[in-house]
This record gives sequence, structure tokens and C-alpha cells, in this order.
Amino acid sequence: MNDQVPETRREPHREIPVEVVGRRQGMFGAQGSGDTSGFGGLVAPIALPPASERPYGGWFDEVADELEGALEEQGLDPAEVIEKTVVDRSELTFHIAREHLLRTARTLRDDPALRFELCLGVSGVHYPGDQGRELHAVYHLRSITHGRLIRLEVTAPDADPRVPSVVSVYPTNDWHEREAYDFFGLVFEGHPALTRIMMPDDWLGHPQRKDYPLGGIPVEYKGAQIPAPDQRRSYS
Amino acid sequence: MNTQHYEETHRDGTAEAEARDTTEGRVFTVTGGDWGEVVEAVGRADDERIIVNMGPQHPSTHGVLRLILEIDGETVTEARCGIGYLHTGIEKNMEFRSWVQGTTFVTRMDYLTPLFNETAYCLAVEKLLGISGDIPERADVIRVLMMELNRIASHLVCLATGGMEIGSTTLMIYGFRDRELILDIFELVTGLRMNHAYVRPGGLAQDLPPGAVDQIREAVKTFRSRMHEYDKLATGNPVFKARLVDVGFLDLPGCLALGATGPILRATGLPHDLRKTDPYCGYENYDFEVAIADSADSYGRFLIRLEEMKQSLRIVEQCLDRLRPGPVMVGDKKIAWPAQLAVGPDGMGNSLDHIRKIMGTSMEALIHHFKLVTEGFRVPVGQAYAAVESPKGELGVHVVSDGGTRPYRVHFRDPSFTNLQTMAAMCEGGQVADVIVAVAGIDPVMGGVDR
Repeated sequence: MNDQVPETRREPHREIPVEVVGRRQGMFGAQGSGDTSGFGGLVAPIALPPASERPYGGWFDEVADELEGALEEQGLDPAEVIEKTVVDRSELTFHIAREHLLRTARTLRDDPALRFELCLGVSGVHYPGDQGRELHAVYHLRSITHGRLIRLEVTAPDADPRVPSVVSVYPTNDWHEREAYDFFGLVFEGHPALTRIMMPDDWLGHPQRKDYPLGGIPVEYKGAQIPAPDQRRSYS
Repeated sequence: MNTQHYEETHRDGTAEAEARDTTEGRVFTVTGGDWGEVVEAVGRADDERIIVNMGPQHPSTHGVLRLILEIDGETVTEARCGIGYLHTGIEKNMEFRSWVQGTTFVTRMDYLTPLFNETAYCLAVEKLLGISGDIPERADVIRVLMMELNRIASHLVCLATGGMEIGSTTLMIYGFRDRELILDIFELVTGLRMNHAYVRPGGLAQDLPPGAVDQIREAVKTFRSRMHEYDKLATGNPVFKARLVDVGFLDLPGCLALGATGPILRATGLPHDLRKTDPYCGYENYDFEVAIADSADSYGRFLIRLEEMKQSLRIVEQCLDRLRPGPVMVGDKKIAWPAQLAVGPDGMGNSLDHIRKIMGTSMEALIHHFKLVTEGFRVPVGQAYAAVESPKGELGVHVVSDGGTRPYRVHFRDPSFTNLQTMAAMCEGGQVADVIVAVAGIDPVMGGVDR
């Protein structure tokens, strides 16, 4: 990582730690070729929305209070379980320490005031620039009883990609966790049969990780070489 | 040809495989050794337990679905699904294309519900862009209109193929005949019968063409007059009921545990429908009922689909009444697709007037057009989840942006994928013939399951 990337975003009154997950260089994403636009030296951090502070607004505070209370009842320190809470685009996200995920999921499902009875699967996201937290597992939980939707986010480092399985709480995640394992290499501990689901059983690698190329072959079209998709110029 | 047969038994009792000399060299014929005894012992066992692979190429598994059934006589003792035969890497591919190009991919996922896929994706992108409130009303109404027509088309295919699988080819003919009415409308409005890429982030690709409203009204009328044919043919039919009633049973706790949504969940009596509980695209303004049943079996799901088609017709008519002239794309020129489409002599394309304007009179318009089409717009950093009630259940989209012109990650929670997990719970302990009925009641579409 470049030294120029600030770890915190400075604001007039306080410092909010932001999650820097990468950096963008230049304006057009071209690397290697001479970017003569004058924007080639531009460096900007890619930072996910920072942790929110109370009040979160609407029913978000109620859910956060209930969850913290229920965790305290079980003898857990909410500050230890919930790493941070993010309210962004009117969606509530709890970042949960991975060792407490199963207990939290069970609490969210069973507590009558929370009652998130429907799990909408797990979606893996790979942030190679997020040091020590490269792999994210994102869960969406819906409460039909209360008409609410929240998101849980758990991280694991690439070196130790283990996340506890929530299949014992939400059996629907059986296939979803197999899919996330297949595509990201996230190992869900306690899953009854963690095998590949989409790719062939003898496939090497986990295709949706960012270090796995899209692949393809250069195509020759009327004498012009069109490079493979992953070799093409990127604007991001 | 010099061929010589001989078999040797060594003094220590070991035998060598039968060998013969040929022009290619010496050839050994290896027989089973003592495996013959094993096979014989298995043959002596008195149970009739066998494992049958149904699919992936089987007419009644809805595409390339592989069912692995352990059967004892006619009873299924264990059932498993093998999926992934139609995995096309859509989620990965989208990370290498602009946000607008994403609609071209998602429309191909569940190919029977293309407009739901597009709308769900666009709702999520709009949430990330922060323009959810700026979508013109006409765009929302047309989205609802197209989605409800699509719901009818999807349910018709479910009924038609489900009917065919149990031998009712008339139901298939009726279903595909009526679906054709809807595909004709889609072709008129979007230019294509399937894979439309019609709903775009910010609105729609284009407005309804002249004559579309009249054709839709006509189709609704025709369709309404034909609805009773399904009732006559199937609903009270004793043979049809004998095949469907009490087959593929899954109660409410089972549905919630396995994440089943859509008609499977509503067949247990829970009126959970995102159009009512978490409205999007202005569904709160329409008057319709959520169809439920209390039998939790394939017959209940069939009745729900029939009723939902009737309700969809109601919504379509309300949409036609609500249509007011206006734009179908957000006003923000940094997001709105710059093309002005028109039908030319060689088909649909950029209108010549628009090309004349940007090429001839405005350098800035040309640059803007070029940048927006090649590079695309940027989406602020963050993640969002949007869900729509597709004909199969909750279709959820999780999109992550790193601030670039391409999605950082897009994940689809396809209802077919999740609902297919209920297959084992529905089929184990039942008859082999009922597996077909249960799978048809789940209505999985492998394009959506495998993505």
C-alpha cells in the first residue's frame, strides 16, 4: 500500500476511522501504457462507509438496543461482539466478530423482539487491499414478523479463511455457504458437507476472488487483436 | 496374424491374466478377479435399493437439473440435487462490465423472469446511486406493468411444463399458447421476446411504442376470457388432483428453515409477499390480493399460481389506467443513457436526428455520449441490498461498489436456488412419480439456480 493513503478521513471535529479497502490510481485505470492525460499521478483511497454513531434513526436503534441487551444477558460484551455498526443508504449493518457469529445469529433468530426468521443467504466479497480482513461474508436477515431487514458482515483473513457455519441456525444457508466456499474459498466451520456446488469437484482455485482472472483468450477479428476481457483497459 | 491363446497357473496358485499375441503386441484380458464374488453377493441381497440418476438430461427435470435418488422399490429413501451444469459466471463477468451493461447479463439468469432480474438489479444500483426517489413515475408504472405481465408468463410456463410432465399435454399447449400473447407484447415494447435489457439503472431503455397500450388491453381481455379454461381443465380434474394433492408437502417451519419463499411459502398460509410487506416501484398504490392456500402441497401451489395470474391481470389494468405522459429516465444526464432510440430501415438503433445533433452541432454532447457509453457512470462506494417478489419468491441482489464504473461485486439470491433445497424434504419417503410433481411445484429454472 502507498504511504499517501490516509488511514482516517479527517473532519473538522472528530476522526472517524474508515475502512480503507484499496486505492485507485490515475483517472482511467490504465497501467503500463503512458497515460498522457495528466491524471496518471492521482491517488485516491477506496474507503467503505465509516461506522455510524447513535442515534441510527428509525427502528435501527431499537434493533441495536435489543441485540446488545440480548448479548449482555448471555454474558457477552456487545462491544466485543459487534465490531462496528454502519448505517448507510438506510440499511443497517452489524460487523460481527467471527467467533461470535453463530451466537449472534441464534439470538437474532430466537429473541422475540428481534425475530429474524428468514436468512437470505451469504454473499462473499473479496477485498485484497483490506489487510487482515480480506474475505467478507455478508448475511442478509429478514424479519417477517416485524418487517425488517438487516445485514451482518463477518471478515476473515486470506491466511485463515475460516468462518463459523450458521447452518445449524438457518438450514437454508447450506447451499449458500457451499456457493461462497466454491467461489471465495471461505471455509465454513461446522457445515455438514462443505463441497463445491457450482464448479466441477476437481476445479482448482476459487473463481470469484479478485486474484482469479476472468480468463478468456484474445480474439482476432478482421486482423485486429481483441485482448481477453481481463487484459482490457479498465476505467475503475 | 499370429495369435496364440494360453493361460498359465503358477505353482503358488496365482493366476496370470489370459494373454494372446497380436500384431500390436501381447494383449492381456483382465477379468474381475474376486470382484465377481462381490457382485454376486450384492445380487443375493434381498432389498431392491438402487440409486438412480435422473437428469441432467431428462425431460421432466426442468433443464439441466440432476436428481440423485436412492429408491427402494417405488419409494424414494433419499434425494439429492446436483446443480451447476448451467453455471455461466454471470456474477464474475459483471465485475468486468459497466453498471449499465450489467442488465444485459442479469436478464439471462432466470430466463423466464428477465424483467424481475433487471428490476431487482436496477433497484439496487439506484439505491447505491441515491436516486431511488428520482425515478419518474411513468418508469415505475411501466416496470410494474412489465413485471406483472412477466409474472403471468412465468407462471404459465410453470403450469405448462408441470402439466406436460404428468402427461397433460393439453395444459402445455394452452400454457404456451397464452404465453405467446405476452411474448408478443414484450417483443413490441422491448424489441425482444426474452433477454430484454429493458430496465436500466435510472429508468427504462425507452418508452412504450405507439399501439402498445391497445395491444396490452386486448391481450388482457383475451387472457381473461381464457382463464376459466385452466379451471375447467385442471382445477377440478380428479386425475390432476390425484397427482397433486398432498404431494410435495412442506409446512411453514420447514419453509422458513429452508428459506423457501414465493408460492411454496404462501401455500402454507403465510401471506408473505414483498409487494405488500416491503413495497417497491410503487406497489403500495395498487389494489390486489395476496393469494394463499393452506394445504402446503403441490396442489395448493398450483391454485396460488392460478390466482396470482388473475391478480396480475388486475394490476396490469390499473397500470394502464395510471400511465401518464412523462419521461422514463432520470433527469440526471450523468446517469441517463444518452441514446435516443428509433426504428430505422435496419432495425432499432440510435435516431438519426440525435446523431446529427451530437455529431454536427455539439462537440460536448458527443464527448458526453462517448464517455457515458464507453466508460459508464461512477457509483459511490458502498453496498446495497434490494429485493423484489419474483414469481418464484424473493429475488435479492447484493451489490458492492468501490466507486468505479464497474460493479465490485454483485450477488444474486435467486429464489430458484434457495427453493430447490426443499426438494429433499418434499420427496424423501414418497413415490418416484411424485418427485416429478414436487419438482414441478418448486418451479426451479436452472438459469437462475446456477447463474
